[in-house]
Amino acid sequence: MADHPIDAIMLENRAASFTRRSIKESAKKQGLRLALSMVDLTTLEGSDSPEKVRSLCRKAIRPWEGEIDTPLPSVAAVCVYPNLVPVAKEILDGTGVHIASVATGFPSGQFPIGVRLRDAAEAVAAGADEIDMVINRGAFLAGREAEVAEEIREVRSTVHPAHLKIILETGELGNYDAIRRASDLAMEAAASVGPIRDGEVFIKTSTGKISPAATMPSVLVMLEAIRDHWFATGVRIGMKPAGGIRQAKSALHQLAMVKETLGDAWLTPRLFRFGASSLANDLLRQLIRIEKGCYMAEHDFSEA
Amino acid sequence: MTDAMSSKSVDIQSARAQESAWDYAPAPESTPVVIEDRYDLFINGQFQSPRSRRWFKTISPSTGEPLARIATANEADVDDAVSAARDALPGWSRLSGQERAKYLFRIARRIQERARELSVLETMDGGKPIKESRDIDIPLAARHFFYHAGWADKLRWAFAGADARPVGVCGQIIPWNFPLLMAAWKIAPALACGNTCVLKPAETTSLTALRLAEIFQEAGLPPGVVNIVTGAGKTGQHLAANQGIDKLAFTGSTDVGRAIAKVASVGDRNLTLELGGKSPHIIFADAALDQAIEGVVAGIWFNQGHVCCAGSRLFVEESIKDEVIRRLEHRMQSLRVGDPLDKNTDIGAINNPDQLEKIQAYVETGQSEGGRLHEMSDQSLPKKGYWHRPCFLTGIQPSHVIAREEIFGPVLAVMTFRTPEEAIKRANNTPYGLAAGVWTNKGARIFEMAKRLEAGVIWCNTYNQFDAASPFGGIKESGFGREGGRHGLRAYVRL
Repeated sequence: MADHPIDAIMLENRAASFTRRSIKESAKKQGLRLALSMVDLTTLEGSDSPEKVRSLCRKAIRPWEGEIDTPLPSVAAVCVYPNLVPVAKEILDGTGVHIASVATGFPSGQFPIGVRLRDAAEAVAAGADEIDMVINRGAFLAGREAEVAEEIREVRSTVHPAHLKIILETGELGNYDAIRRASDLAMEAAASVGPIRDGEVFIKTSTGKISPAATMPSVLVMLEAIRDHWFATGVRIGMKPAGGIRQAKSALHQLAMVKETLGDAWLTPRLFRFGASSLANDLLRQLIRIEKGCYMAEHDFSEA
Repeated sequence: MTDAMSSKSVDIQSARAQESAWDYAPAPESTPVVIEDRYDLFINGQFQSPRSRRWFKTISPSTGEPLARIATANEADVDDAVSAARDALPGWSRLSGQERAKYLFRIARRIQERARELSVLETMDGGKPIKESRDIDIPLAARHFFYHAGWADKLRWAFAGADARPVGVCGQIIPWNFPLLMAAWKIAPALACGNTCVLKPAETTSLTALRLAEIFQEAGLPPGVVNIVTGAGKTGQHLAANQGIDKLAFTGSTDVGRAIAKVASVGDRNLTLELGGKSPHIIFADAALDQAIEGVVAGIWFNQGHVCCAGSRLFVEESIKDEVIRRLEHRMQSLRVGDPLDKNTDIGAINNPDQLEKIQAYVETGQSEGGRLHEMSDQSLPKKGYWHRPCFLTGIQPSHVIAREEIFGPVLAVMTFRTPEEAIKRANNTPYGLAAGVWTNKGARIFEMAKRLEAGVIWCNTYNQFDAASPFGGIKESGFGREGGRHGLRAYVRL
């Protein structure tokens, strides 16, 4: 695997430059709708109930109950624990909204590989279209990269043909060089199992349980890794920042970064997702303000 | 599983109709700026009609439309300005440093307060993107006044053991690439040290200097301490040749610098020159490549390449040549060329038609010498005004014209090297010595390269970083003297 050192200062400068893009009027409107269509509406709490997941699924299909001139898009997927996949499936089947499930010993990955694989297999069997796996950070940080790669290969073979999102948990990796290395390792491991169709494999920043999560520089490092993989193979790997993106404005900055780093081809839910819960409502608030000229009260939006 | 993998589809979203590609809507900076029909000379604290009775048009290079008429200062006008500066000198130089600092602070604050207006004006008059004038030129101009305000009452400590006295009347001639910033670089240290000034802005970009004159009035700067004479090269010649000048500071091309040095050699006067460059940018195979690419972008496409320290010669270690070219090509495509007042514009207009012609001629020469042109595609340039696509040429040898001569445009010559020794040899093989950039992940190599590269400024793992506290200037034919920092003060004192 080629070495790609990162210079932190220049990286952070570049990432900050995207936050100075001015996204107004028609660009803002279109960007907010695009961002909404890219949301993986997520709930990953110990207290999650079937009722909460049902309500989340309804919101995923129809993000806002009010009247609006141009109908709003559905979000891309609902992301839940494996136990709740059957509940989501009852509502989402046939709607076009995907069911994503975290698996492989989420969030820590600190389980024997057999347990992790069975976790993923059962989530797929229950109806998950997409599996968000965690990598074995313990092995990665200890330098046992071959072990990490082998586990990714086994997970991909197990969950196929469901899509795979590989969570690096960037907040635990310590520096940008490691994020780049983990990104390359994940993509190469996934590709070594068999050909990847565009968007069939994603790399994802975080579980949402660790801070910092999807910071602009971390995401930029991963986008650059994806770009290099595309240069080398012609395959488009997807990207999913998750954790810490709560405001519509931050989502637009992320989109600007994707546009200028990877190009317009990635500006689709097939290749880019936001792992988020509260982001959806801020996107809606801003979108509806543009349509109606005033902000709605918070209680006008259902809880995500 | 390979076949199965590509057949079964869970790709429901692909059926969703995609809207047309997302792009940024126009985001023009909307601050209104009043531009008078006519601007006069600023002499002895007042705007006054030129004795020449002549005015010339200044245009906006992004539209070709005239913005205003600017006075042409003839020899008599320059004489008046120098006399005014001479008369103001005893009063100004006898003020305590503390008192002079108050004026400089006031000027700095006023630049900040009027920053938006100055940015818009700089962009309209010069063609540079508003994001650069807003985030770099104007804040840095204010920063130079703040910084030098701090020195004004501390000159005893800047030059320990010596009595720092002002040089006298300073003639200062500045270029069109950073109009207000260059004015600040020149005026702030001169005033801090107790000198008085006659400033000649570039013919195509006088408007912000004249706004600065208004700011001097607002700050109550005593009449004659700074005088501003506008006009073309002829006005500059009058100023350079004027016998009332004690010190001459020039920033501009090496050719004009040479002529000025000749004129200035007559009589007793100090001289500093900040001239052209053909600065090397060296990328080793172990460098952080994506950040190095950002450095190259900043190095050559910042301000349309109208930068004396532009990193216009790129030397890439041979083993990573293809990788660098591919990334640079990809990155170049994401640049946005167009209306400089649009907040998302990365590359603005070429400052003037002569310069555009010169750049075009160099690109042609480069190709006829065997270079391959890589240009940004699929973006049409505005119909009116002066524009050049950012570009780079590969297949260039160090002996080619475009690898030797300063182009002062968004044109990069890409070459390779095999060993650090060869990199140093190739980088130093130039009459210029303004700046250099080195990209490597290896600390020891950074120090080795920095020691052996012949340049006044060397950036390691970054490029185009400027600050008032950091001296800037060249060696060899890039000039002499430093601006900024304690070093910059030295040119404005007698010890």
